[in-house]
Amino acid sequence: MATRTWQRPSKGWWDRPAGRWAIGITIVVYLVIALQAIDINFARIARGWARLFEVGVGTQTEVVGQKIGEILRGLGESLAMAVIATPLGILLAIPIGFGAAHNVSTKWVYYICRSITVLSRGFHEIVIAILLVKMVGFGPLAGVLTLAIATVGFYGKLFAEAIEESDGSVREAVQASGAGWLQQMVFGIIPQVKPRMIGLGLYRLDINVRESTVIGVVGAGGIGATLETTFDRYEYVASAVILALIIGLVFALEAGAGWIRRRYL
Amino acid sequence: MMKTWQKRNRGEAIRSWIGWMIFIIALSAAWAPIARETQWEFLPTAPREGIDLLSRMFPPKWSIFPTLLKPLMDTIHIATLGTGLAVVLAFPLCWLAAGNTTPHKSLRYLALFIIASSRSISSFIWAFVFVMIVGPGMLAGILAIAVRSVGFMAKLSYEAIEEIAPEPVEALEAMGASRAQVRAFSILPQVVPAMLGICVFRWDINVRESAVIGYVGGGGLGLLLNSAINALYWREACLILLLVFALVLISEAVSAKLRARIAEW
Amino acid sequence: MPILKITGLEKKYATGDLALRGVDLSIDAGEIVAIIGPSGAGKSSLIRCVNRLVEPTAGSIEIDGIDVVSLSGSQLREQRSRIGMIFQSFALVDRLSVMENVLCGALSRTGFWASWFRKFAEGDVDRALTLLEKVGLSDHVNKRADALSGGQRQRVGIARALLQKPLLLLADEPTASLDPKTSKEVMTILRELVTEEGLTTIVNLHDVPLAKACATRIVGLSAGKVVFDGPPSELTEAVWETIYGEPEMAG
Ligand SMILES: Nc1ncnc2c1ncn2[C@@H]1O[C@H](COP(=O)(O)OP(=O)(O)OP(=O)(O)O)[C@@H](O)[C@H]1O
Ligand SMILES: [Mg+2]
Repeated sequence: MATRTWQRPSKGWWDRPAGRWAIGITIVVYLVIALQAIDINFARIARGWARLFEVGVGTQTEVVGQKIGEILRGLGESLAMAVIATPLGILLAIPIGFGAAHNVSTKWVYYICRSITVLSRGFHEIVIAILLVKMVGFGPLAGVLTLAIATVGFYGKLFAEAIEESDGSVREAVQASGAGWLQQMVFGIIPQVKPRMIGLGLYRLDINVRESTVIGVVGAGGIGATLETTFDRYEYVASAVILALIIGLVFALEAGAGWIRRRYL
Repeated sequence: MMKTWQKRNRGEAIRSWIGWMIFIIALSAAWAPIARETQWEFLPTAPREGIDLLSRMFPPKWSIFPTLLKPLMDTIHIATLGTGLAVVLAFPLCWLAAGNTTPHKSLRYLALFIIASSRSISSFIWAFVFVMIVGPGMLAGILAIAVRSVGFMAKLSYEAIEEIAPEPVEALEAMGASRAQVRAFSILPQVVPAMLGICVFRWDINVRESAVIGYVGGGGLGLLLNSAINALYWREACLILLLVFALVLISEAVSAKLRARIAEW
Repeated sequence: MPILKITGLEKKYATGDLALRGVDLSIDAGEIVAIIGPSGAGKSSLIRCVNRLVEPTAGSIEIDGIDVVSLSGSQLREQRSRIGMIFQSFALVDRLSVMENVLCGALSRTGFWASWFRKFAEGDVDRALTLLEKVGLSDHVNKRADALSGGQRQRVGIARALLQKPLLLLADEPTASLDPKTSKEVMTILRELVTEEGLTTIVNLHDVPLAKACATRIVGLSAGKVVFDGPPSELTEAVWETIYGEPEMAG
């Protein structure tokens, strides 16, 4: 008997030779189009590199010395904004989350709450910050409100998903004992989703701390403005110090969050 | 004597009480600098400012729409090329970072450090770094998006690698397959769906970020937003914001569809 | 000369558990040895020491005259390629097809890129198809492994191990995850194939009647020591008690 052969059957059009070629060519064509759009300015890159080495490290470290107070204050402000905005945002997000969970909400409330979360997530923190700075003026209050609004969209959506995934029979049992809607939520839903609520809150705190270091660029408080200035002036040692401090802050925060998860979850 | 029912035992009650105390102290400590730095006199005028802003934004200036198409494409290019570059960097990194595939402990810690640093800094700050080195434009945006995404993708991927079923790996090792073969035949098939999902998920986030990263020099729609706002052309800014909003919604829908397909594959 | 010669084998886990306390065992070519014993007796540890999935603490293991304990790197891989293994949990790669799983048995003699592009040697492909026929899976060649039933999955595991053309076949409770009827079917297929190829086999079994029916020799293990070694016919009630520490249950 002749030896039999075997070929792995294709899993779809993309797995056949023609499909593979089509995908490969599409990628190459896309790369060509996209890379042409980039318009790289080599002279500027060379200048950028050159300037990195022009500024002496001696003066650079002096700058750090002069600015260290401002840096620490800015970083503290960033952290403070995140610490205030996270619980504030979660407080606002909890009712919206209930409203946006289709299994515990009514049709109209559902659509309204979903729209709020979509609206909040559709706009980047930077955009929200720009608008709020126009409304309440420069400073950390605009930052706190920005982060709180962003938290509402993020937390509201994921909290609603957690409620939708919760076990409905628990709530039915509570309902069967004659409890009202609020009691059903408090005794039938919250106990189930509480660990997820805490986990999401810690996660959002983490995100808010990172974002709080950025929105200062548009005047919403925190380290952002200081950081931008150091980059504009090629004070890159100062920039590096700030980046290292931010990384350190996020590390410390993650360690703290891990501790809380182990202890309270 | 009447028996009383208590929800918690004493130790737990104390622990929860301490938790709340720490929470309240943190809140008041964070509030002090924010209250000090905020210009409260602007707060009462905020609603009026808000209405004023809206009246200046609407109706959006539809006539500039054609000029937004190229920046819109640029935005998508920034997100896609940035994600692509990040994939190329994150793929080797995640094998170094996963405890079950790393060639050496010290390499693992190095990889984990790179991942954590990449994740701690927001893409806007990475954009500052690259604007300083390569000048403002799409390239800076792409690099910033890529560097921020590397940590994100590598983290989720190495966690997926660590969660695989160990039995098939052991089976292939037991029959004398080489290390590369063990990975290609027993680890990779298990993590490919997760990795694809992670790429799509990050692309979606990156569209959101690249839509505004031009605000700090990264090219795309954000660049126009910046100049429109600086020139107080609010009706143009409004149209750009609407476009960003639509882009974010569409990319989110596309990403959700794709990820659902990948998950059931 | 025996194919497998184990002398003074000891295994102490990092946790301090003494799983094997001096096991001596010599197995000749073509024997089908069933290892029985209560849970925790060290059956898995013994079998896994043979292909070094578990590192022995002391003692020596010789396969076909080669000392396995001292091997490392590519030599260990080569030695492992000559030992087939069948797992209780099947250990198949769920997302690969049945055929791909079976072809994994030929990986050690296939280069990386050849295996990546699924260009296995003609002989291996042919033999894989023959083995799939013999285990009754001809109709499922291109199905994904996770679309099969437990019994079918274990038959894929058997075909994969046999494709290695091993010198020695190890099976660690191959039927423990299956229902009694399927267990019997799978063991019958395994026994037929092994006899046909004259393959030396060691199989851990919980089910003593099944072990008696399938094996040519029975080894009783208790608390890390060999307490019985002989043909199935010598496995009397008294022996049963020394292995399991309690009399055989009626029925
Ligand atoms: N990886 C390990 N780490 C620590 N101790 C282990 C490990 N594997 C097995 N042991 C211990 O070694 C002893 C023997 O275990 P082994 O798995 O070899 O028994 P077994 O006869 O196969 O049992 P079973 O019939 O339940 O599979 C047990 O006490 C077990 O707890
Ligand atoms: Mg066992």
